[in-house]
Amino acid sequence: MTITTPKPTKPWRATPKAMVPNFIAGLSVILGTWFLIEFTGLAGKLGAFLAASALAIVTLSLAAGIQRGGQAAKNVAVGTFVAIGAITAMFPVVSILGTVFVRGIRGIYVGFFTNDMSLASVNDPLDKGGILHAIIGTLLLILFAMLISVPLGILTALYLTEIKGPGSRLIRFLVQAMSGVPSIVAGLFIYSAFISGTGRGFSGFMGSLALSILMLPTVARTAEEVLLLIPADLREAGLALGATQWRTVAMVVVPAAKSGLITAVILGVARIAGETAPLLFTTGGGDAVNGNPFDGVMGSIPFAIWKALIAGSEESNARAWASIFILLVIVLALFFSARRLGKRRV
Amino acid sequence: MAEQVTPSSLAGIAGSQPRKSPGTIPLGTGLEARNVHAWFGKNHVLSDISLDFASGTVTALIGPSGCGKSTFIRTLNRMHEFIPTAAMAGEVLLDGKDVYAPGTDVTKIRLKIGMVFQKPNPFPSMSIGENVLAGLKLAQLKQSNKDDLLEECLVRAGLWNEVKDRLDAHGGSLSGGQQQRLCIARSLAVRPQVLLMDEPCSALDPGSTLRIEETIRELSETMTIVIVTHNMQQAARISDYTSFFLADGGPGVMVEVGPTSEIFSRPKDQRTENYVTGRFG
Amino acid sequence: MAITERQASSPIPTPREITTQPRRSDQFFRSIVFLGGLSSLVILSAIALFLGIRGFEIITREGLKFITGYEWYSSINADGLSGDQPSVYGIGAMLIGTIITALIAVVIGVPIAVATALFLNFYAPNFLKGFLVSVVDLMAAFPSILFGLWGLNVLMPSAEYWAKLLHKYFSFVPLFEVSAPVFTRSPFVAGVVLAIMIIPIVTSVAREVFSQTPLDRIQAAYALGATKWSMIRAVVLPFGSSGVVGGAMLGLGRAMGETVAVFTVLNIVFQANFQILLGAGGNVASLIILKFGEASAEEIKALMAAGLILFILTLVVNMIADLIVNRSGRQGR
Repeated sequence: MTITTPKPTKPWRATPKAMVPNFIAGLSVILGTWFLIEFTGLAGKLGAFLAASALAIVTLSLAAGIQRGGQAAKNVAVGTFVAIGAITAMFPVVSILGTVFVRGIRGIYVGFFTNDMSLASVNDPLDKGGILHAIIGTLLLILFAMLISVPLGILTALYLTEIKGPGSRLIRFLVQAMSGVPSIVAGLFIYSAFISGTGRGFSGFMGSLALSILMLPTVARTAEEVLLLIPADLREAGLALGATQWRTVAMVVVPAAKSGLITAVILGVARIAGETAPLLFTTGGGDAVNGNPFDGVMGSIPFAIWKALIAGSEESNARAWASIFILLVIVLALFFSARRLGKRRV
Repeated sequence: MAEQVTPSSLAGIAGSQPRKSPGTIPLGTGLEARNVHAWFGKNHVLSDISLDFASGTVTALIGPSGCGKSTFIRTLNRMHEFIPTAAMAGEVLLDGKDVYAPGTDVTKIRLKIGMVFQKPNPFPSMSIGENVLAGLKLAQLKQSNKDDLLEECLVRAGLWNEVKDRLDAHGGSLSGGQQQRLCIARSLAVRPQVLLMDEPCSALDPGSTLRIEETIRELSETMTIVIVTHNMQQAARISDYTSFFLADGGPGVMVEVGPTSEIFSRPKDQRTENYVTGRFG
Repeated sequence: MAITERQASSPIPTPREITTQPRRSDQFFRSIVFLGGLSSLVILSAIALFLGIRGFEIITREGLKFITGYEWYSSINADGLSGDQPSVYGIGAMLIGTIITALIAVVIGVPIAVATALFLNFYAPNFLKGFLVSVVDLMAAFPSILFGLWGLNVLMPSAEYWAKLLHKYFSFVPLFEVSAPVFTRSPFVAGVVLAIMIIPIVTSVAREVFSQTPLDRIQAAYALGATKWSMIRAVVLPFGSSGVVGGAMLGLGRAMGETVAVFTVLNIVFQANFQILLGAGGNVASLIILKFGEASAEEIKALMAAGLILFILTLVVNMIADLIVNRSGRQGR
């Protein structure tokens, strides 16, 4: 007796023959789109996309309907619609990244990083002035915002996960609500509490205060999620060795959650790096390099973009794109480093 | 349990172990539970457990799931109170002093009564060596010669030969059984009088289980051990005394306690006999 | 024998008091953490308190007219010169503008976000899924001034084209009428920019609630012969609907508080404009930015009051949204 081993098959895969109606549907989408653009009021890339989307839903579901009936037609129609929705959501990202890259790169030259705007106006050609003051300002603003909001955010997370004290639910709720506070309100609050009527002027530190209000909920929520992932076993093992809670948290829980906590901080920084509105009320937006966050107006990249944006000339517009290119590079770097770290969770 | 266990075979295992009479090694007067009750919220889970653990003995707690064995040993070193709704009554005496007495330093109690958990849980951010000595750091104990202590603990936990060349390696790089022995070594480093073990082998393969059982026998020379186990053969192999817990609808109670050989060969209570012969549970 | 056995015959005692006296270091640790935990409460109350104190004078003087009035006129300018008419402060037109632009954002953004979430959770092949999730998350990290700049320079022409198309074919709907043929910088354009800005948050909330759908129910639906869509309609949508509503409200809250992007693309005009395609409108946040630079001390107070209203409005919307989302997460259903 001979035993023949059957060849492995995947009978659930679509056969070429079954693909024919889909192929016809695809072809008619292309032809139909061309027809609609040529002979109706629809025009442009977005018009073509709309026409193609509508036609795709109709023809693909028709093809499915003819083969397998009404239920299948509905199923395919929704599937196509949902995919088109996802593609639509991708459009702005691609467009934004592309525009920033193409327009931004034109304004970048070495002097852009080594000059400030104290001797240049936003309407000067791009080879005059730069954003050195803004880069230094943004770094200082972020540094001081971190000094305030990282401890508070992590303490909040520890309260929610380690102490679980009374009012935990209320505090979790307030932190969530706080993450929705409009950034302009944070700026107005700092202005009303620390600047208006006190004789103090604008300074970088005031900007950091406003930014830390926006950063705190991001840090606290991400840190809480990370700490919740640390198994209760580890805490008990620490306590069972006769450690106090403080030492268990400091030597077992926090080290175990280290990379996640760093991710929380990076996400918080990414949240505030490009914030503009609160800085308008707090930092004054200087044009010269100012290394002292406690005295005098301080520039920042978002503020520099803002100034260039409202000036409205061609030169200032190019300046805005170049500055936002730098800002976007910073945000992207933060974003991807948070991602890499986030994957390495314990 | 997969294999059929007859009472005679268990009694055979139990009888073949060398037994020592309690109290031959001066280790303090041991641990004593007096009329211990436990609650979670309104739920009365453990009723009136009185049990003495003499110095230098191994006591196994057996019984079906949910009978309160784990809750009981967690009351012994005050890990019970971490559950917010938990309550207890009765006394737990260590060297004659109530560990629940007002003003007692809980952390000192847990230093004297160590614990090994069901799942191995080495600290992920520390190396093997750091894990063993973690207790010193956590409890801020002074230790002059850390290397000696490290070696001693790993030797006693039966892990020294396997890890002596890679003490800086990550604790997570060890196998499950090795990790559990690492956790035992970690508990030993703070020199507890009593070691509580909550099903320490339930997550391990048979080979690793045997290694840990050897370790437990060796450790019992110098300390008091209380072990919760679902494996009756294990109880028969390693313990001097066995205590049978049962929750029959109501809170968990202790049905019977006695020398291991007696519990497995001629239990006094019918329920114990039913359980050890595998008629239920 | 060292082991004694006592019979469990005694009556059940009352639980004894467990006195855990933490060490001094732990007491210190716990109080520090507690103080840190209070920070969100302290900051939120301080915001309400300070904006309230500064805006108190204007709110009491204008009364309800501060919210319903359409006029914003400051008789004292920054130079201290006084005009001949008394000052009037009303943010009614701006409140209407806030709500209109935010609603446009929700109407456009939420369907796209829900479709994206469904696609990511149930349709996308694995290799695409991770990439698309990254892209959506990345979008959330874009600064709002970037959206403003892009909206003004890139989106505006196509949005204008779409607005004209809408006007051409749907002008019988009062919403799409225009009294003058000005289609740039309209609430519609601002709404589209805001819609793009809220897509990430609504998508991630929707994805979260969809992914919590119990797998056994999904498989049960398939086992009954459901197609993917009928499974989604029968199992996923009923399970996740309230979460999606909550997510949409979170998006609404974000859209109402957005400042820079709206200010950049919108032509700020002090009138209640219900013609969304017409290039005139505003929102409270952009009013504050617009007036802040050259405001007198009195007008600053009025702006603080406007900030307070905006704060309360967004806080309430956010809190309701969080309640809905949290409830949908917790319910076993």
